[in-house]
Amino acid sequence: MVVRGLSPDEVDRIFRGLADATRRDIVEQVLREAQSISTLARRYDMSFAAVQKHVAVLERAALVTKQRRGREQLVHGNPEALQRAARLLADYERIWRHRVRVIEDILAEDAPGGDPQNPEERTEP
Amino acid sequence: MTVIDVRKDPETLTLTFVAEFDAPVEQVWQVWADPRRLERWWGPPTWPATFVEHQFVVGGRSRYYMTGPEGEKAGGWWRITAIEEPHRLEFDDGFAGEDGEPNPDMPTTHGVVTLEATGSGTRMTTVSTFATLEDLEKLSAMGMEEGMRLAMGQIDAVLAG
Repeated sequence: MVVRGLSPDEVDRIFRGLADATRRDIVEQVLREAQSISTLARRYDMSFAAVQKHVAVLERAALVTKQRRGREQLVHGNPEALQRAARLLADYERIWRHRVRVIEDILAEDAPGGDPQNPEERTEP
Repeated sequence: MTVIDVRKDPETLTLTFVAEFDAPVEQVWQVWADPRRLERWWGPPTWPATFVEHQFVVGGRSRYYMTGPEGEKAGGWWRITAIEEPHRLEFDDGFAGEDGEPNPDMPTTHGVVTLEATGSGTRMTTVSTFATLEDLEKLSAMGMEEGMRLAMGQIDAVLAG
């Protein structure tokens, strides 16, 4: 019996969501103060390896950097990258706004009788 | 106004975009499922997309290219990772060569699309998660050219007049 019938897809999705929440929190933490992976691991009640994996993802995305201090590596936040990310996401939002406008046109053509909802917005030849 | 909500999450390089359409869920599903409809809206404003292949099944591959204002081409591909017709679609999206063959060195974007029936139509939620800033930068740069092209078009019109 499968408890509550969670499919592997659903489990995957929940895991992804949790991973996102953890990463977001790691970024917030290390922006305040650089921290070692073991300190972070205690905070999340996670294995060193699990936190290391999250940090690796963030490092690939340039949102954090690692710097060696003595025997430990400290994870630093990268506020410039975060600002750049926010700017780029705003640009990407514009692409989506455009996409949704075009989807609306396509749906209007597909509607029974092809009657567009907003005839005045139709600029296609 | 059809755009309901936009959430930008720089910490996870994620954009969540929620829009509503006056059309049934099955019809909105078709703008994703049918490559001829999909290619009309997928590309950024001045980069129309052409889907050469669109295997709309789990594990299926799509290949497309986008043609830029100067005729330059940018290849892309999808790999569908989940389909629950007509309510849910998940896919990886990456950059490719002009032939649409995936470039294994380039990171990918993960897209999750959810369609829900509302009283009058369909609510579509898309969540796009980028692996790196470079990926996001490349796409955003394509989107930014719209304003520039419009300006150039106006200059052309003035010169032609």
